[in-house]
Amino acid sequence: MATVNSVTTTNPVETDGRGVPLVEVHDLRKTYQLGETEVHALRGVSVSIHAGDFVAIMGASGSGKSTFMNILGCLDKPTSGRYLLEGVDVSRLTKKELARIRNQKIGFVFQGFNLLGRTTALENTELPMLYSKTNKNDRDRRAREALAQVGLADRADHFPSQLSGGQQQRVAIARALVNQPRILLADEPTGNLDSRTSVEVMEIFQRLNLTGLTIILVTHEPDIAQFAKREIVFRDGQIRRDDVVKVPHMASEVLKTMPTIRD
Amino acid sequence: MDFSSAFVLALRALGRNKMRSSLTMLGLIIGVGAVIAVIGIGDGAATKAQEQLAAMGSNMLFVGSGSVNRYGLHVGSFQTKSLVLADARAIVRECPSVSAAAPGTGIGQQVVYGNENWATQITGTEPQYFEVRNWPFASGTSFSEDDVTQAATVAVLGDTVRKDLFGSRNPVGETIRVGTLPFKVVGVLTPKGTSAGSNQDQDDVIIAPLTTVQKKLLGQEWLRWIMVSAVSRQSSYVAQQQIESLLRDRHKIRAGDPDDFVVRNLADMADAAAEQGTVMTVLLTIVASIALLVGGIGIMNIMLVSVTERTREIGIRMAVGATEEDVRLQFLIEALVLGLIGGTIGILFGVTSSLAVSQGLGWPIRIPAYAIAVSTLFAITIALFFGFYPARRASRLNPIEALRYE
Repeated sequence: MATVNSVTTTNPVETDGRGVPLVEVHDLRKTYQLGETEVHALRGVSVSIHAGDFVAIMGASGSGKSTFMNILGCLDKPTSGRYLLEGVDVSRLTKKELARIRNQKIGFVFQGFNLLGRTTALENTELPMLYSKTNKNDRDRRAREALAQVGLADRADHFPSQLSGGQQQRVAIARALVNQPRILLADEPTGNLDSRTSVEVMEIFQRLNLTGLTIILVTHEPDIAQFAKREIVFRDGQIRRDDVVKVPHMASEVLKTMPTIRD
Repeated sequence: MDFSSAFVLALRALGRNKMRSSLTMLGLIIGVGAVIAVIGIGDGAATKAQEQLAAMGSNMLFVGSGSVNRYGLHVGSFQTKSLVLADARAIVRECPSVSAAAPGTGIGQQVVYGNENWATQITGTEPQYFEVRNWPFASGTSFSEDDVTQAATVAVLGDTVRKDLFGSRNPVGETIRVGTLPFKVVGVLTPKGTSAGSNQDQDDVIIAPLTTVQKKLLGQEWLRWIMVSAVSRQSSYVAQQQIESLLRDRHKIRAGDPDDFVVRNLADMADAAAEQGTVMTVLLTIVASIALLVGGIGIMNIMLVSVTERTREIGIRMAVGATEEDVRLQFLIEALVLGLIGGTIGILFGVTSSLAVSQGLGWPIRIPAYAIAVSTLFAITIALFFGFYPARRASRLNPIEALRYE
């Protein structure tokens, strides 16, 4: 009796992330006005994502997945519905508070890398800390640490134009990590990369996910989605499918089977 | 974002487009330079005019024989013969506000010494002339009352004439020839520079006894002018009225008829000079303001282009956590840096150009501290004013659209 009781009273928050979800959206809707016509980008999306999850969001263009990502990333606000981030209703926050959340809790990785040109890898990595009142020494140290995490410690003083696509994307990942966010949002991060480099990037993501970082990744390549733990498919502004990936591919294993083509 | 990193960021952003940044600053440079030059040259000119007026003699009034009534000293054509020596004596005797009067006349003549010759003006007057005009001697002395009575052929040289005829030698005691007459040099005057009104070289002159010039050079009995000293600066207007009514009386001019003489007093000329100076300053200030305005619009234009060009950068910054204030601050500081650098170069440019002008015209240059403060403030204000709209526009960008911008 006593032993059974002790099991049932276990704090739910600590049960492997299954407590208060990190991200909880409920009946999320987004409508754009395009001239005369109304475009319904999201038509009632409800989903919960727990800390430590690795979600791949799939869907054709126009399916609403980008709008969903923008709202998750606090770059956009829903027309209606609720978005709770760590239990806080984000849709009620001011622009300034949203900027703060983007700075502290969210790291972005984009398809086109979106690094500042004529700015070194180190300075690109420091960028989020410019907006979080971090002093110069800490900025430098933490940016170097983040670059080391993605294996670019020796490229700190290179400009984006001197780096390969994969290296640029790794700088972008370092930038996304530098403020120790709760979620990494990646919008087609492998869209501009060759297949081996893509897997290399996924290897980094899996490694980061193992340390507890929640990753939400938009992709339209089914191969890439297989590296995630969960796959959500969007169609016409709604979630069509939400499955657990039975046996996620291990990027580190896949890399061993791939020929090394060095550019 | 803290101020110092924003500053470094701005410098770097501007450094990436050096050509464009310098062209943007050009308007401000010219504007600020013009403001500095206007104030510097204007102040210098005003000082110079004051000095010149003071040098012309204390409390001086000028009575000219009948001339067309125009502005200034030397415009008259000295047509009438009504102004005579007795008038000068009467002015001293009967006008209580007058302390001294020097009658005079003049003629242009060729002057010869040895191999050198020089065309100059021979002024005939009496010894008190040097006091009335407040004109000290560099060497030698004035001619005497006796020289005037005897129509002696003695002369006092202005500094320009001395230089041209004698170079470094001392002329006192030497004999020069004026026309066909030999004159003994008794004194040399200190240099006085150009006159305030007409920019004539006042030192290009030979001064001789009145009678000598009247009888031996001109063959005329009448005077061309009388230089009068009022007892004090304040009394110069009263003195002017006294002289006018005295001369009208002596010349039997009926009420309503125009004067056959002209009385000018230095206070009038100072006013006229000051007025000219004011008009000039106003005009130049307008030009400078327009330049500053154009400079400001230039800044706005380039900042707008820059905001559009850097839309993606703004999107990235917003995505990683820049607030609207951060973005606005970044662009405002860029405008401010443009203003500061433009203003500084403008000040240097203004100082150099007014130095050049003062060298060219022989004016003293005076750039007061307030001029530099005012124009720096102006540059900064203009930059911030015209930088505000582009900065605001940048801060209002939608981050999603900004990130998508190609």
